[in-house]
Amino acid sequence: MKLVRGRVWKYGDDVNTDVIFPGKYTYTVTDPVEMASHAMEDLDPEFAKSVQPGDVVVAGRNFGCGSSREQAAFCLKYAGVGAVVAKSFSRIYFRNAINAGLPVIQAPEAVEAIEAGETVEIDLERGELRCKAGRFSFPRLPEAVLGIFAAGGLIPYTRQRLGLAPREGEGTGTSGESSR
Amino acid sequence: MGKTFVEKVLGRKAGRAVTAGEIVEVVPDYAMSHDNTAAIAKTFASIGVARLYDPNLHVVILDHASPPPNEKFAENHREVREFVKKHGIQNFYDVQRGVCHQVMVEEGFALPGLLIVGSDSHSTTYGAVGAFGTGIGRSEMAVIMATGRIWLRVPETMRVVFRGTPPPGVSAKDIMLYAIGRIGVEGANYMAVEFAGEAVEQMSVSSRMVLANMAAEMGAKTGYVEPDEITLEYVRPRARREFEVVKSDPDATYVRVHELDVSALEPLVACPHAVDNVKPVSEVAGTRIHQVFFGSCTNARLEDFEVVARILKGRRVHPEVRMLVFPASQQVYLDALRAGYLEILAEAGAVILNANCGPCMGSHQGIPANGEVSLSTSNRNFRGRQGNREAEIYLCSPATAAASAIRGVISDPREFL
Ligand code: SF4
Repeated sequence: MKLVRGRVWKYGDDVNTDVIFPGKYTYTVTDPVEMASHAMEDLDPEFAKSVQPGDVVVAGRNFGCGSSREQAAFCLKYAGVGAVVAKSFSRIYFRNAINAGLPVIQAPEAVEAIEAGETVEIDLERGELRCKAGRFSFPRLPEAVLGIFAAGGLIPYTRQRLGLAPREGEGTGTSGESSR
Repeated sequence: MGKTFVEKVLGRKAGRAVTAGEIVEVVPDYAMSHDNTAAIAKTFASIGVARLYDPNLHVVILDHASPPPNEKFAENHREVREFVKKHGIQNFYDVQRGVCHQVMVEEGFALPGLLIVGSDSHSTTYGAVGAFGTGIGRSEMAVIMATGRIWLRVPETMRVVFRGTPPPGVSAKDIMLYAIGRIGVEGANYMAVEFAGEAVEQMSVSSRMVLANMAAEMGAKTGYVEPDEITLEYVRPRARREFEVVKSDPDATYVRVHELDVSALEPLVACPHAVDNVKPVSEVAGTRIHQVFFGSCTNARLEDFEVVARILKGRRVHPEVRMLVFPASQQVYLDALRAGYLEILAEAGAVILNANCGPCMGSHQGIPANGEVSLSTSNRNFRGRQGNREAEIYLCSPATAAASAIRGVISDPREFL
C-alpha cells in the first residue's frame, strides 16, 4: 500500500466528478466491479478497459471539482488506481479520496515532468515520486491519513481502531451521493 | 507569529498549537445532518458499534423534502425518526421547523468559537456568528456517530475586505455575488474565508449569513465573520452553552487578501450555469422569467421578507410568473406573518409554502419545466440543480426577485425603491 508503482494516465485541468463517474449512475450503480467499469467514462473510454492495478492518474489543477459524490473516488479505487497525482484537488474530492483509501498527492512540479504512458513509482511514506525526469518530493502525508490508506478507507480504518473484525465489502461508501 | 481564527479553534480542539496545512483529529461541538440521516445511519450500522458515541453531539433536522412528496421520502423520514428515537437524539427537529442551517443559528447551536460539522456543503453558514462550520461527507458523519471524531486539515485563510457602504438597493447577496464573480468558484478552494470591512461591520447577522453561506460557492471550507456587538446581541439570548469568542490575531498569516469596494456596486445576477457567471442586473434586464423562488438558507429571513413586501405592496406578481415563497424557518414564517408581510405577498399573488428547502435542489414544490427560467434567491445555479436540466437558473437578491416578479422579466429593483 505504501509503495505505488504503475503506468501513467495523464489528463488536463478541471477533471470534474461528472466525467470521473457520471451522475446518471450515482443511484443505480453500486457494485464495485460495475462502478470500476464506468470510471472516467466521459473523459477517456479507453481508461476502464485497459487500466491495470497500481496505475497512476496524473492531472492538472482542480481534480475532482463539481459534485461532492463519494463514488468519484471509489470508482478509481475499484478500478485499481494506485494514486492520483495532481497540481491541485477540489477540497471535497481530496477528503472523499482519503476516506475511500485512494492516495491523493499534490505535486505540481512532478505533474509538469511526468509523461503519459511512462511508469512511475511513489513512496507514500517518504513522500517521494520517481519518474523518468527525476525524483520529486511531496509533503509526507500525516500518520492519521496514512493509517486510513493502509486500512483501505475510513470505515475499515474505524473498525480497525475500535478493534472490530473486518467485514467483507465494507467501506464501499456507496450509500448514495454525499451531501449537496 | 499570530494565529488565524481556524488555527485557534482547531488548535484548541486538538490540544496543541497548529498551523495551516496540518491535519488534526478532533471532536466537534455539534454534528448536523438532515434528511440524509437515514443513509448515514446505514453506514453507521455497518461499522458495528451499538451506540452513538454521544447522542448530544448530533442535531437532526428534516428539511430537504418536508413534508415528504412521495412514499420514498416518507419512508426516509420514518427511518430518521426511528433512528433518533432509538439512539436518544434529543436535538431533533421534524418537518415543521425549517431549513437546517437557519435552525442551527436560530436555535443557538451555532455560537462563536464552536466547531460544527454538517453533512451538507452549506454548513459554512455558522461562521456568520463566528463559529467554525464546515461540510463533511456521509461516511465521515457515520464515523462521528461511532467515535465522535473527525480528521480535518487546518485550512489556510483568505481575507475578503468589503470597503465602503453599499448604495440603496444593493444587499449582502449582491456583495457576495460580486466577490464570487471576482474570486471564482474555485478561488478559495481548501481555504477559510474571513469577511471584514465597513460593509460587513454594518451588516445584521442575517446578512452575514448570506456571506458565510455562499463562501461554499468559492470552494471554501468555512466562512467567518469576526463576532462583534451585533453578533453577541443575537447569540446571547439563544446560546445553549457557554462559548468564547475566537478572533484572528492582528499579525495572523493570510494567503491572500482581496479588497473590494462596494460603494458604487449595482445589483448583480449570477447567470446560468455557474455561480461565478456574474453580471450587472442592467445587462440581463428584460430576460423573461417563469418562476421566482424566494427561499433557501441563503435569503429567506425576516429582513428579506421586509424588502420583498415593501416592493410588492399594492402591486401584483406578473400573471405569467409563479412566485414561490419559502420562509427559511417556522420562526421567520411567524414573524413575517405577524409583521403583515405574508398578507402583502399573498395579496400580490405569491404562493406561500412551508419552511423547507423546496425546489432549491429539485426535490419538490416547484420544479421548473423544460426551457423555463427560474430566478432564485438561493445559492446554486448548476445545470439541473432545481430538478430539470432543461431549465435555466439565475441567482439574485430578494429585492431583484421581487421587482422581476412584478415585471415578468429580470428587472432592476432600484426602480421600485
Ligand atoms: S435551502 Fe438549498 S442550499 Fe440550503 S440546505 Fe436546503 S437544499 Fe441546501
